[in-house]
Amino acid sequence: MHKFFLSLLLATAFPVMANEAQPVAADPVLEARVQKIAEELRCLVCQNQTIADSHAELAVDLKNQTREMLQRGMSDKEVTDYMVQRYGDFVLYRPPVKGSTWLLWFGPFLVLIGALAALFLKLRRRRDQIVQELTSEEHEAAARLLDDKH
Amino acid sequence: MRRFLLPLGIFIVLVIFLGIGLTLNPRELPSPFIDKPAPAFNIPQLHDGNKTFAPTDMKGKVWLLNVWASWCVSCREEHPVLLDLAQQDIVPIIGLDYKDERENGLGWLQQHGDPYTLSAYDRDGRVGIDYGVYGVPETFIIDKTGVIRMKHTGPITPQALREKILPLVKELQGA
Repeated sequence: MHKFFLSLLLATAFPVMANEAQPVAADPVLEARVQKIAEELRCLVCQNQTIADSHAELAVDLKNQTREMLQRGMSDKEVTDYMVQRYGDFVLYRPPVKGSTWLLWFGPFLVLIGALAALFLKLRRRRDQIVQELTSEEHEAAARLLDDKH
Repeated sequence: MRRFLLPLGIFIVLVIFLGIGLTLNPRELPSPFIDKPAPAFNIPQLHDGNKTFAPTDMKGKVWLLNVWASWCVSCREEHPVLLDLAQQDIVPIIGLDYKDERENGLGWLQQHGDPYTLSAYDRDGRVGIDYGVYGVPETFIIDKTGVIRMKHTGPITPQALREKILPLVKELQGA
């Protein structure tokens, strides 16, 4: 009997949880846009999370702000521009390419090119060493050593 | 011996860069508001909900906008500094009670003292978002024409007040 009640409780509990998981806004298209923008924005309280991932209050507020602005018919770019105006480029997970971020974007490639150049020089120097011709004295010395072995 | 020089050099450069990185504060972001007009708002005051406050009310004065809340722990840290500054009557401090319950905010001021000329009440954090607030307390220094000249993130220390905020306030008041 107990088991029956328990299973009945469990059976009724799950639909309740499923209800709670429903998105806040009924409009799935709008919600997808909010989500997409939220994934591009950094949560400023917990700096290594996007506002889509974060449950910090500020992140929730910014998501609501995004949703409202989209409802008012603003474009995705207008929303991100609004955030950048207030929080700076830092709010973007993908920083824009400009003077001050040039090193950030291209620094790794510079390091790669530098490393490749160093490797190339090193290999060429090694090849030069191998190709170096022996002088006649060295030939004789080598021959003498080889003769000793016999 | 020579072949160790290059790795050692690279290592030293790396240590220098990491060392510089350690001294930086990742919480302190450059504010995009510096030298821009303070965003406009018009919201109820904390003490009297029938009265409102707008930044344009302060035209012609240099003033501080200090974002605080009763739930904010580091606000307690800076509060004595603000009370001291208010007593010297150098510059008006306007409070912005951010995402707070009205009675909690009022209770907090009663308990710890009220350094503010007045406090505006930002119940849902709208004004906070407009000012790019991400960590309370934050303080904006606004000049006579309503332009934000400096932003201080985190609690104001006596040192920051003495060395950065007050010199700027005096300079702006003279202008």
